[in-house]
Amino acid sequence: MKIRLLMCIVALLGLVAASCGSDTDVEEATSDAGAETAPADEGDVAADEDALANADAMEETLEEEATDDAAMDDAAMEDDAMDDAAMEDDAASDVPQRIVSLNPTATEMLFAIGAGDQVIAVDQFSYFPEEAPVTDLSGFEPNIEAIAGFEPDLVITDAALEALDAISIANHVVPAAVDLDDIYAQIEQLGALTGNVGEAAEVVLQMQTDIDAVLASLPARETPLTYYHELDNTLFSVTSSTFIGYVYELFGLENIADPADADGNSFGYPQLNEEFIITANPDLIFLADTLCCEQTAETAAARPGWDQLSAVQNGNVIELNDDVVSRWGPRIVEFIEAVGTAVNEIETAPAS
Amino acid sequence: MNATPTTARALWLVAGVGFVLATATFALLVGPTSIPMGGTLRETVDRLTPFNIDSGLTETQKSIVWNLRLPRVVLGLLVGASLATAGGTYQGVFRNPLADPYLLGIAAGGGLGATIAFVNDFGDGGGAFDGVQIAAFIGALTAVAVAWLAGVAGDRTHGTATLILTGVAVASFFTALQTFLQQRNTENIREIYTWLLGGLTTSGWSEVMQLLPVAVVLLFVLALSGQTLDVMAVGDEEAKLLGLAVPQIRFGLLVAASLLTAAAVAVSGLIAFVGLIVPHAVRLIFGASFRIIVPLSIFAGAGFLVLCDLAARTILTPAEIPIGVITAFFGAPFFVMILRTTSSR
Repeated sequence: MKIRLLMCIVALLGLVAASCGSDTDVEEATSDAGAETAPADEGDVAADEDALANADAMEETLEEEATDDAAMDDAAMEDDAMDDAAMEDDAASDVPQRIVSLNPTATEMLFAIGAGDQVIAVDQFSYFPEEAPVTDLSGFEPNIEAIAGFEPDLVITDAALEALDAISIANHVVPAAVDLDDIYAQIEQLGALTGNVGEAAEVVLQMQTDIDAVLASLPARETPLTYYHELDNTLFSVTSSTFIGYVYELFGLENIADPADADGNSFGYPQLNEEFIITANPDLIFLADTLCCEQTAETAAARPGWDQLSAVQNGNVIELNDDVVSRWGPRIVEFIEAVGTAVNEIETAPAS
Repeated sequence: MNATPTTARALWLVAGVGFVLATATFALLVGPTSIPMGGTLRETVDRLTPFNIDSGLTETQKSIVWNLRLPRVVLGLLVGASLATAGGTYQGVFRNPLADPYLLGIAAGGGLGATIAFVNDFGDGGGAFDGVQIAAFIGALTAVAVAWLAGVAGDRTHGTATLILTGVAVASFFTALQTFLQQRNTENIREIYTWLLGGLTTSGWSEVMQLLPVAVVLLFVLALSGQTLDVMAVGDEEAKLLGLAVPQIRFGLLVAASLLTAAAVAVSGLIAFVGLIVPHAVRLIFGASFRIIVPLSIFAGAGFLVLCDLAARTILTPAEIPIGVITAFFGAPFFVMILRTTSSR
């Protein structure tokens, strides 16, 4: 009996070991360029690059950092962008130098506006850009003590985290955007909060310019093109009521998934029936499951019945980066450019 | 009660086959896309028999019938039959009306296996012998094996009670591991949830071809075990006096039913409720003999699941509803209705 029990325990341990094998190693968040950074000079790219280099060079432990007291001058911040009373009290003349971001989209925004060197830790999915100091912090199940352990002076989340207020840690919510203007406003807010107003404005202007260029290049069409946007290989899709659907609407595309959630009960994310997709025969198929589910134009074409789809036959199956599509921040331009390229490749008067 | 005449049983079998054929045909003809019914039938006959018939369907319609609808219906038949029959067997082996095929941790083990596969990108849950299917199958069998080894090592005087309780413990433990992994890997959470809710989404015929040989052999074996289960129903001691090697038979039946369940779970995820209520419904309507319950559960389970899947893919068309929602939503009230009408007899 004891031997059997032992065998069971060994077997179970083996299972656990196997299952945990792939867990990403925790990367220590050690860079803190705050103490070394020159007074924030908005728009000065060179200074920021130096700061980044410093961050890489000085791999300090957290304990050591805790003794550092980054005394920063500078930049009064806009009060309306502030979420937290404690922040307004003691940081009126300071920009945050110990930012923790639990929101991958906000992390991309922070680095895009040159606030990357003020970021000391980001959550496990904030792995873009590469230099982001990824930790095992979770944005889905935030551990307040673990966050507090980084001694942040600003925490960026995607939903309100009251427990942070309770321990007087300044925090700012960057919720999921509903349109492009929302993204621009969020970037500008982060710019104001972190003392990077000028760079934030530049980023927004560049995004607007790039997106306008894509949308201006579209040929006129008599009948709108139809599309299917795939979130995963169990055929979850989006309707036009979502942000992703809104992006396609900028191109005048018609979504085949709209009837699947006409009443909005699936919050714009219905699971489609395969038979329906084949009958609907969309002009364009966008695969936003190339990372999660390793889907490609080839795997899609190999699905039973999909050889009948004109998008498959005409090579109009577009592989998208899951993250670029689902993080509504600076890289949304890449998504829009990919859609623009695909739309432009379809002739205005289809032969068939 | 046990002496059901052979002719009556033959009649029930014919009725069962008729029920299955009728539901399967109905499910084949109805779908989110309207395809001419005559053409659908002609296309099916053309493909399944040596006869060459022009179905008059377009290539797209032919593809939908042959590559999507028909394999999904056949998979529904096989999974439904497997779960219901395994459930009936479990209920007989444990002499416990609450027994179902997931009693000894198969669902939790399958869930853990599938979660491990999704997290480590072993596969995407589709195609022949996909990594997710293999991992789910191994996980399911591991859970049962652990429950059996730990449960039978317990005090024999408690009979099956120790085994059942061990199964509950194993299921909880495997579920804990599964949930832990899932929460650590939130980027895979939708794949995992979709799998856990179960579904008959197919990649053409590959899932059917995987399950078919296992299901046919084991369903046949279990269908013949009704008489043994009837004898075991009188109790362990009495069955021993009647000459049955109770522990060995119990082990053999559990292995067969568990293999069948694990094979079904591997291709369809965790479809709840079928294995619990179908054998009960059969028992309430047709009598308590396992010689009736087990064989008829094959047909009743097959027909029931195909009808549930038909609802899953048509009610909110063109959206899909997880099939587990349907099996419980329609199955539970139906079951209570049978319970009330038959208990007053």
